[in-house]
Amino acid sequence: MKDFIEGSDAVARAVALCRPGVISAYPITPQTHIVEFLASMVADGKLKSQFINVESEHSAASLVLGASAAGERVFSASSSQGLILMSEVLFNIAGMRMPVVLACVNRALSAPINIWNDQQDSMAVRDSGWIQLYAETGQECGDLIFQAYRLAESPEVRVPVMVCLDGYLLSHGLEVVDVPEAAEVDKFLPPYRPTEKLDPAVPMTFGPLAGPDYYLEIRHDLHAAMRGALKLIPSIAADFSRQFGRNSGGLVEAYRLEDAELAIVAAGSVCGTIKEAIDALRQEGVKAGLLRLVTYRPFPEEAVSAALAGVGRVAVLDKAISLGATGPIYADLATALVRGKHQARVNGYIAGLGGRDITIETIREIFTRLSGEEVSAGFVGLKG
Amino acid sequence: MSQTYLFKRTEGLQDAPTSFCPGCGHGILLRLVAELVWELGLRGRTVGVAPVGCAVTAYDYWNFDVTEAAHGRAPAVATGIKRVHPDRLVFTYQGDGDLAAIGTAEIVHAANRGENLTTVFVNNAVYGMTRGQMAPTTMLGQKTTTTAAGRDPRQHGYPLRVCEMLAGLDGVVYLERLALSDPASVRRIKAAIRKGFECQLSGQGFSLIEVLSPCPVNWNLSPVDSLTYVREVMSPVFPPGVIKDRTCQKPAPGV
Repeated sequence: MKDFIEGSDAVARAVALCRPGVISAYPITPQTHIVEFLASMVADGKLKSQFINVESEHSAASLVLGASAAGERVFSASSSQGLILMSEVLFNIAGMRMPVVLACVNRALSAPINIWNDQQDSMAVRDSGWIQLYAETGQECGDLIFQAYRLAESPEVRVPVMVCLDGYLLSHGLEVVDVPEAAEVDKFLPPYRPTEKLDPAVPMTFGPLAGPDYYLEIRHDLHAAMRGALKLIPSIAADFSRQFGRNSGGLVEAYRLEDAELAIVAAGSVCGTIKEAIDALRQEGVKAGLLRLVTYRPFPEEAVSAALAGVGRVAVLDKAISLGATGPIYADLATALVRGKHQARVNGYIAGLGGRDITIETIREIFTRLSGEEVSAGFVGLKG
Repeated sequence: MSQTYLFKRTEGLQDAPTSFCPGCGHGILLRLVAELVWELGLRGRTVGVAPVGCAVTAYDYWNFDVTEAAHGRAPAVATGIKRVHPDRLVFTYQGDGDLAAIGTAEIVHAANRGENLTTVFVNNAVYGMTRGQMAPTTMLGQKTTTTAAGRDPRQHGYPLRVCEMLAGLDGVVYLERLALSDPASVRRIKAAIRKGFECQLSGQGFSLIEVLSPCPVNWNLSPVDSLTYVREVMSPVFPPGVIKDRTCQKPAPGV
């Protein structure tokens, strides 16, 4: 059923259709609406789930870890400072291979305090062992939730998944979203039947001490599971497309790249703006294209390398920065192109931090600068 | 012709428009703190630590030094400041979401260490800034955006009484709870905060003044009805009064 709703509502309705047994989160702007929608559904009896209010994000993450270990499908959501406060537990959830799904409503980090959108929060936990998917539209916010549970709970993966959506732009922006029927979702997402869980009948320990003798192997297993997800993500997206009749998710999306001479690489809602800019540039005879990263962790090196074959100049737009180095996507992309033996010139640009608008003009500026100075972390729109 | 001012802005406040909702208690409480800093002659010697929550922009109003802290960590930040500058008046100003939820550990341990700090604790029984979700201090039966059917103790536990919880700690010198519910209470609250500041200035140790404060927008009540709510609904659950007082007139030894 199509409805005119905000991205937060699309996430909440998708989560409800996945029927997690336990939901726990701590309110933080701009994630709050997701929590409120889910709390309302539980209160109205529309969602049979335990919604548990706790005193902090650290506790919310710990609580869903426990519930997941006990064998339940679980959900949490956070943003910015909240996600960073969770970060200790995020590493535990991944290390213990709990198939938790969490929505991160992307927001800048303090200090200075800022409640507006960039992607520094999720980028800061990119090494935690969570799969990270970035939505472009309100529709994709919901669609990625279905795919996230299917992916996280696949026995060959069993890794937590973070669905990232840009704060306000997606979380509060209203769009027409097709919300599927419960029966359709049930066909796509089987009930959660964990192969390992805390069960007194089959005693088991999660996350025990691992010394120098085995820690390395356990981390290798997690890395291998993440790399293995690179095969499963496209097949889950293809299944989704077959069943629901629309494309969402996957590793990357190539937009007008076939004959492109210039390309931008980016993730999230800014890709909608980039597509508009590219359409305009194409009319002016500029052969521009976009490579949208849907999956950022695991990093889809081969898909990226293949999609950018033949592109002469590549601009990476990061809405985050590894301070003192480059944007995180730039670093990963440059590595992938070197390994793919590309000759493309790759420039890195930092834009949109703390909610600074990225407009079609900003994108045009990036394409213009791409023909000029070589930069790895060129700030765009910096005031004098 | 001479003019007589019956009411004017204290110099402790900057000339800035307020961002608070109509009927909110923060405007009064921030002003009381500002008046006291000026009346005690502590301009230039005061450092406030602001919370995360509705009072996050306290530095936009107060006309003295303020630092931000991560959500709930104001007592730890204040400890760091006070240990470096023991001659300054250092206080935290925190809401119940900041102090009684995410920051419970920090307030307990700053109090237990007997840090020579003052905390102004503004309890309005909801998370205000994020628009009215349940807090640990929410009343039983109170409807919030995360307890649509009202707070149920079997699901959500009970209202957390911070003063009573801290009273058993040996490091705590002075605890008082007051209800912001009428003009007379404003004067009592000012006297209590003054006592907390003086407790610190004479080196006696940790003090906390809890104020039950109206939040009309998130309670879905008019400003006037909110004052009645503070008096008739919140006050029986969080009884106003001096919870603990070990202050003495003389400065503590060695100070």
